[in-house]
Amino acid sequence: MEAKKRIVNIFVHILLAVLAFIWVTPILWIVLTSFRAEKGSYVSTFFPKSYTLGNYVRLFTNRNVLNFPRMFGNTLVIAIFTCLISTFFVLSVSYCLSRLRFKLRKAYMNMAMILGLFPGFMSMVAVYYILRALGLADGAMIRVALVLVYSATTGLQFTIAKGFFDTIPRSIDEAAIIDGATQWQLFTRITIPLSKPIIVYTILTSFTAPWIDFIFAKVICRANSDYYTVAIGLWNMLEKEYIHEWYTSFAAGAVCVSIPIAIIFIFLQRYYVEGMAGAVKG
Amino acid sequence: MKEERITTKNALTHGNVYTKASALVMGLGCIMQKQVVKGVMILVLEAFYIVFMLRTGIGQLAALPGLGSAGQEKVWNEAKQVYEYTAGDNSLLILLYGIVTLFVTGGFILLWVIQLRQAYALQISLEEGIHVKTLSEDIESLLNSNLHLTLMSLPMLGILVFSIIPLAYMISMAFTSYSKEGDHLILFDWIGFKNFGRVLNLGGSIGRQFWSVLAWTIVWAIVATVLNYILGMMLAMLINRKETKAKAFWRFCFVLSVAVPQFVSLLIMRTMLQQQGAVNVILQNMGWIDSPLPFFQNAMWARITVIIVNLWVGIPYTILQITGILQNIPGELYEAAKMDGAGPATIFWKITLPYMLFVTAPYLITQFTGNINNFNVIYLLTKGDPTSVGDTAGKTDLLVTWLYKLTVDQQYFNIGAVIGILTFVVLAIVALVTYRNSASYKNEEAFM
Repeated sequence: MEAKKRIVNIFVHILLAVLAFIWVTPILWIVLTSFRAEKGSYVSTFFPKSYTLGNYVRLFTNRNVLNFPRMFGNTLVIAIFTCLISTFFVLSVSYCLSRLRFKLRKAYMNMAMILGLFPGFMSMVAVYYILRALGLADGAMIRVALVLVYSATTGLQFTIAKGFFDTIPRSIDEAAIIDGATQWQLFTRITIPLSKPIIVYTILTSFTAPWIDFIFAKVICRANSDYYTVAIGLWNMLEKEYIHEWYTSFAAGAVCVSIPIAIIFIFLQRYYVEGMAGAVKG
Repeated sequence: MKEERITTKNALTHGNVYTKASALVMGLGCIMQKQVVKGVMILVLEAFYIVFMLRTGIGQLAALPGLGSAGQEKVWNEAKQVYEYTAGDNSLLILLYGIVTLFVTGGFILLWVIQLRQAYALQISLEEGIHVKTLSEDIESLLNSNLHLTLMSLPMLGILVFSIIPLAYMISMAFTSYSKEGDHLILFDWIGFKNFGRVLNLGGSIGRQFWSVLAWTIVWAIVATVLNYILGMMLAMLINRKETKAKAFWRFCFVLSVAVPQFVSLLIMRTMLQQQGAVNVILQNMGWIDSPLPFFQNAMWARITVIIVNLWVGIPYTILQITGILQNIPGELYEAAKMDGAGPATIFWKITLPYMLFVTAPYLITQFTGNINNFNVIYLLTKGDPTSVGDTAGKTDLLVTWLYKLTVDQQYFNIGAVIGILTFVVLAIVALVTYRNSASYKNEEAFM
């Protein structure tokens, strides 16, 4: 019995090790590739023959072909504004749906559910023509267009924040109303200060959206390479004409984008769990 | 009591002169009944609407049924001695402006109803001597009892302009001939349900592709969801076994992949699995295979590859989501089963899985709908390939990726719009079933 248990135990650990290896390999591969000195995507060994920092240097200094620093700047600006607008939208809508009772509340929630069932970018082409009709599809206005595309419909993503607000006990609100607080004061003075986890969660998720989306960015930027975001840049580095020269720099760029997102994610995990657990315990 | 009397019909039949007159001169009921500023604002809006309709709106609505007919023409300019091009009609813009005008008109009708009811409500209040809200009270209420108007107007505007109007626009395209086929990219017409007929007709080329893509989409969604769920759960249980050492380390290894943006990890996978990619080259160098494995070249291989890569992407999420729930399974259940002599397999199939299914059913179904719309995994890995010659849909294309290719790459906008609508129908059916199930869950007693 003891012996059998031990064999099972050893087997489980070996299995976990093999699986962990499979999960970690692609990530390890990209980190190694970002330091690889040989060019091109076709290599014969897992570990690079020689190491270099040149890929990172080139990524941030070569501005002629694929201007990565500029893309990085674009994405940063877009992400900051997207983050501000979406956080306001998500928190406002979630608060209203959670706390206020008004006529079209149910209708709004049903509408959000129905809109959520359409494939997200089915309307993408239409959005492009609307942006063009608004004069936002050319030149520097493309940045505004991208901010709007990422943030304008975030009023539909209220589920998590609403769930959080629902857990804040109503008795706190009632006490404040007796003291003469208005709904606005309840929102800004009571709910917001109690909702740090969900605010952090909302800010971080909306901040990461522009970094990881390439579908909308590609359709809206088209050939205007001055306004490309990081995701399109990385995508382009793997196109046939660039892949030989840029593959290792792609890896470097991927690492550069992943590190902040990974940090944000590790943060998020804590707030996500707290957000799920609710605001005021007991 | 008062609320019930205030209907549009009552306002038009029982209203006083001012109330009735506001059916024509909007806001008059407010202006004459102590809410001057509000009334003037409504009146200004009406004026704007009338000017808009007279200047452009009526023309746009009139063009909507025909969608324009004048093509671009070459005209000989005698004075300059050159050919000049006259701008023809652009059906796309006519359709867009027509739809926007319809929405504006809808908004105007809404305003008309609201102000009429408001006028009638004011009339009743004045007759019965109830206090009428002053302007400053109205403004104050925007921060108190009407806070939702303040907070939700902008988000709602965003949804209207960037979600509802584009969707209406796209849906209407499904009924037109807007497509590269037959050169209908600038001028097109309404053609009714013909596109739906083409997509659903198994005999035609598009129809054949549609049914095969739909079948693969459903197979994919079921296989991907079930495998992710079961394997993720098993892995989570392996990590959480009492005897497993270094639990945190194992969990870290698997969760690390969640932290890398999906498009990055998928692009890496794609390059690694190419014919001359790292996996094939290394396997060949080690002498395990003679010729490169056709990960993305052979239809069957490609389908299995995307499912396996999706496991790589999805299992960590499953682990994250269900570890906590797994630990909540009452210990007595296991002990009782062990006493009865049940082995680990029996315990898993008879206790763990039913319990988990019971608790996580809603999660499973969101996963399922998410997989039907799983654009990233398919498009980034295979772009839907391999594709047979002459087809627009590849063997691994889902409805969403096919929709993307049809509109963005191929410019078959009308067919793309039909596919989008049909995807919606599939998802709506799934959602309805979910809704019913979760409602029945609420009535049911707790598990066991």
